Amino acid sequence: MAEFTLPKNSVLIEGKTFKAPAGATNIRRFEVYRWDPSSSENPRIDAFELDMDSCGPMVLDAILKIKNEIDSTLTFRRSCREGVCGSCAMTINGKNSLACTKAIDSYPGTIKIYPLPHMQVVKDLVPDMTHFYAQYASIKPWIETQTPAPADSERLQSKEDREKLDGLYDCVLCACCSTSCPSYWWNSERYLGPAVLLQAYRWLVDSRDESTGERLDELEDPFKLYRCHTIMNCTDTCPKGLNPAKAIAETKKLLVQRKLG
Amino acid sequence: MDYRTPLSRAKSLGSAKSGTGHWWMQRVTAVALIPLSFWLVKFLGLSLTAPYQQTVAWLVSPINSICIVAWIIAVFYHAALGLQVVIEDYVAAEGPKIISIWVANLAFLFLAIAALLAVFRIVSIG
Repeated sequence: MAEFTLPKNSVLIEGKTFKAPAGATNIRRFEVYRWDPSSSENPRIDAFELDMDSCGPMVLDAILKIKNEIDSTLTFRRSCREGVCGSCAMTINGKNSLACTKAIDSYPGTIKIYPLPHMQVVKDLVPDMTHFYAQYASIKPWIETQTPAPADSERLQSKEDREKLDGLYDCVLCACCSTSCPSYWWNSERYLGPAVLLQAYRWLVDSRDESTGERLDELEDPFKLYRCHTIMNCTDTCPKGLNPAKAIAETKKLLVQRKLG
Repeated sequence: MDYRTPLSRAKSLGSAKSGTGHWWMQRVTAVALIPLSFWLVKFLGLSLTAPYQQTVAWLVSPINSICIVAWIIAVFYHAALGLQVVIEDYVAAEGPKIISIWVANLAFLFLAIAALLAVFRIVSIG
């Protein structure tokens, strides 16, 4: 359901400010969303002034510096620090991205960091991804075949068919796109969202898969697929430069092709 | 306490196995409305300045009759399809959602019938 105001217990309050150490000359201010499920307080925005002369170049470096040196209770996900695990997805200055691939210098002034939009928050910058992963599982993201695999080789694929997976297999399921999509905000219980639909298309175009029809059957639904209104936030925000909107459009084309022949 | 698994919740009632027709007809009517809307602007321009009899005479010509009937069908069909999507987007409660979709669809149906009847009267009676 469309929600245009925050529930009472989600309204942000002003938090603490942590000043930069004395003598620091190259200072940047970071405002970070904080919420602790074990307290009854509303979420707050803490401000951290960091000395950039002793901080790495990426937004994730700044967050790590805060956790290591200022406030160890700051909670967030991170792993690979090079944009292949998708863990550190968050909203940085109003746009979803991976903190590890965004340079601090690419933002002017204060940097505001929030958890991914319209998700339940577990703590601080950690959103609850349970439903997102369940939706991913629901599209059966694995090859489905009736034909047994060749006895003496793998399932072969032409170079051209393999190229059709480029821009699809690269998705790291960070959920930046899905959580930037208004349709996903309003109807995430039923709408699969751009990330999962891009993954679904990745299996639709895999020349080795033998369940294309069944996969299309499962997707053909006013909510699962057709909540996409080509808003394009997904493509705009994807930190990997992928195009989920195109994958969705191609899926719609396959459905029309099947219907009209 | 809800003991359903996340996957059970995600799969829910499964796929409706429909929606392509709705989406496709929205596009078909949208494309049809591009030339028809140019025609409508021309018609509105004429009807604002021309006397009644001249407007009727213009409308009675087969091509113009066909255009206005096509415009009425396309525009109300397109509006009904589009408003249904808007309602589905923003109204989550099942009851109000179904009632709103019924009301929207019936309203556009009656408006289309009324408009077609008006055209028929003008063309046949003058």
